[in-house]
Amino acid sequence: MIEQDRAGAAFLVLVVAVAIAAPVLNQFVPASSPFHLSTYSLTLIGKYMCYAMLALAVDLIWGYAGILSLGHAAFFALGGYAMGMYLMRQIGPRGVYGDPILPDFMVFLNWQKLPWFWVGFNHFWFALIVIAAVPAALALVFGWFAFRSRVTGVYFSIMTQALSYALMLAFFRNDMGFGGNNGFTDFKDILGFDLHADRTRVVLVVVTAAALAASYLACRAIVASRAGRLFRAIRDAESRARFLGYRVESYKLWVFVFSASLAGIAGALYVPQVGIINPSEFAPINSIEAVIWVAVGGRGTLFGAAMGAVLVNYAKTYFTGALPELWLYALGALFVLVTLFLPRGLVGLGARRRRAVHGAAAPVIWALGSHVGVSLGSKLK
Amino acid sequence: MIRPPHLPSPDKILTLDDLTVSFDGFKALDGLTLSVDRGELRCIIGPNGAGKTTMMDVVTGKTRPDHGSAWFAQDVDLLALSEPEIAQAGIGRKFQKPTVFESLTVFENLELAIWGDKSFWKDLVARLTRAERQHIDDILDVIGLTAERAALAGTLAHGQKQWLEIGMLLMQEPELLLVDEPVAGMTPQETARTAELLLSLAAEHSLIVVEHDMDFVRSIARRVTVLHEGRVLADGNMDQVQNDPRVVEVYLGA
Repeated sequence: MIEQDRAGAAFLVLVVAVAIAAPVLNQFVPASSPFHLSTYSLTLIGKYMCYAMLALAVDLIWGYAGILSLGHAAFFALGGYAMGMYLMRQIGPRGVYGDPILPDFMVFLNWQKLPWFWVGFNHFWFALIVIAAVPAALALVFGWFAFRSRVTGVYFSIMTQALSYALMLAFFRNDMGFGGNNGFTDFKDILGFDLHADRTRVVLVVVTAAALAASYLACRAIVASRAGRLFRAIRDAESRARFLGYRVESYKLWVFVFSASLAGIAGALYVPQVGIINPSEFAPINSIEAVIWVAVGGRGTLFGAAMGAVLVNYAKTYFTGALPELWLYALGALFVLVTLFLPRGLVGLGARRRRAVHGAAAPVIWALGSHVGVSLGSKLK
Repeated sequence: MIRPPHLPSPDKILTLDDLTVSFDGFKALDGLTLSVDRGELRCIIGPNGAGKTTMMDVVTGKTRPDHGSAWFAQDVDLLALSEPEIAQAGIGRKFQKPTVFESLTVFENLELAIWGDKSFWKDLVARLTRAERQHIDDILDVIGLTAERAALAGTLAHGQKQWLEIGMLLMQEPELLLVDEPVAGMTPQETARTAELLLSLAAEHSLIVVEHDMDFVRSIARRVTVLHEGRVLADGNMDQVQNDPRVVEVYLGA
């Protein structure tokens, strides 16, 4: 724990350093200088930090409580959609069709009136509540049924994967009222500030860094509490915890709900920076990737999970640029290699070898394998 | 709630009446009737499949019987409670395989076993009180693991894990302890130490010990119950039981 505290402190210092250095290098260093940080790179950093928050959310439940969710991208996407709805309302009459209330896609579908679930999204505060509340509510309902029925292990993972997939299919439908397969894009501004301006981008990155640091501290506080110790106890011996008088399902439920809203907040910060949200964010592979970041970084160490997200995504940015077809294979190989040789992730490289966190890797390999298979199959057709 | 025809007598800690449990036609318990006195140390023996573990499962709420009743003390209907509720009511169970939280320290294992109202929100802010710390220290002393308090439970020897698990049950201040095969896989020294530990607990708690090791049973038992095919076959002190021809036939003689 102490060795983790030290690394955690270093992680926080790093986040703060990025929050200071990135804006300075972008705003005050001239573009001609080799030290200048392009707005593209700045946005990339912001994106990675959103992924790091998602990784924290996944690690909290998987690394500590032993609950392997293969559907966390769904919570991330829901938070992103909520932010997207606010950004769409912000466009106002500047859309292609110039309707002051209805977003373009609704005009295109000949809708006359704003659907009820879009009411209120012209207020930023309303969107903020929904961003955390909707993922939390979904996790509460889903988790209540799943944990109460003692659905665990690979069955829980498959159900979360199915949940994410079902949401993806639903959001693809035009009549759901979320823009169908195009999703939301062409955002103009946030709280009155131009989203395309460098300064707005800088502020978004700083806000994301602050959110990442706050998420880390919140997760750290949970993990260090007696409840956090109980999560590890549940992971080690669930029935023992139950016979000690703990209502295990309620502990699992609350940490799942917290983790889901954290993922939602990460998604909400992600959308204004990348400028688009569409149903592909619900794709099952996204949830699997998030689990892989955690495994690569170091399951059960919060800073490891966050760093894993940054490193894997950095590699992804490189690979999808240089060798796009190979990315999924590289990711799979990375995961298998880490599981086999670095059961504690990259964090385990530095620390002395202790007992490996027992492998819940099988379902991930299975899920990833099926995706590689499907993508291969579709290419051969 | 259906009350039994007559309430269990006040000197009984556990009263099982006519319990029947079947799994796909196989009767794991077949009209089991058994009672244990307050402060008693009862050993339960029997060949494999006699229903020992199923009986413990019923008492701790893991398995629901098809028929019968199970009462804890005078007024707690065990069949109406969930596993955590039964634990809270004062029944502790030690599993056959030592089950401790391996990635936590010995001290943290005992901390999580503190008796009390447990909820996620309380445990987020819970701090150990001075009295709780003292209680943990006392239990560490009883189970002989004071020197290992900061060690990860996963690094303990087999026997030490068993003692830690018993210590976790003691943290709960249970009235009744169910102990499933405490000395399986132990060295003779560890077995002797465990016998001492269980005997020292018998005064303040009631204990039910399921065990295969006959020498161990002889060393601690005052009263032995033999189960066979889900029913009580014989009951009495070790000598009576060992000389019972039916017992010899199904178990000891085999």
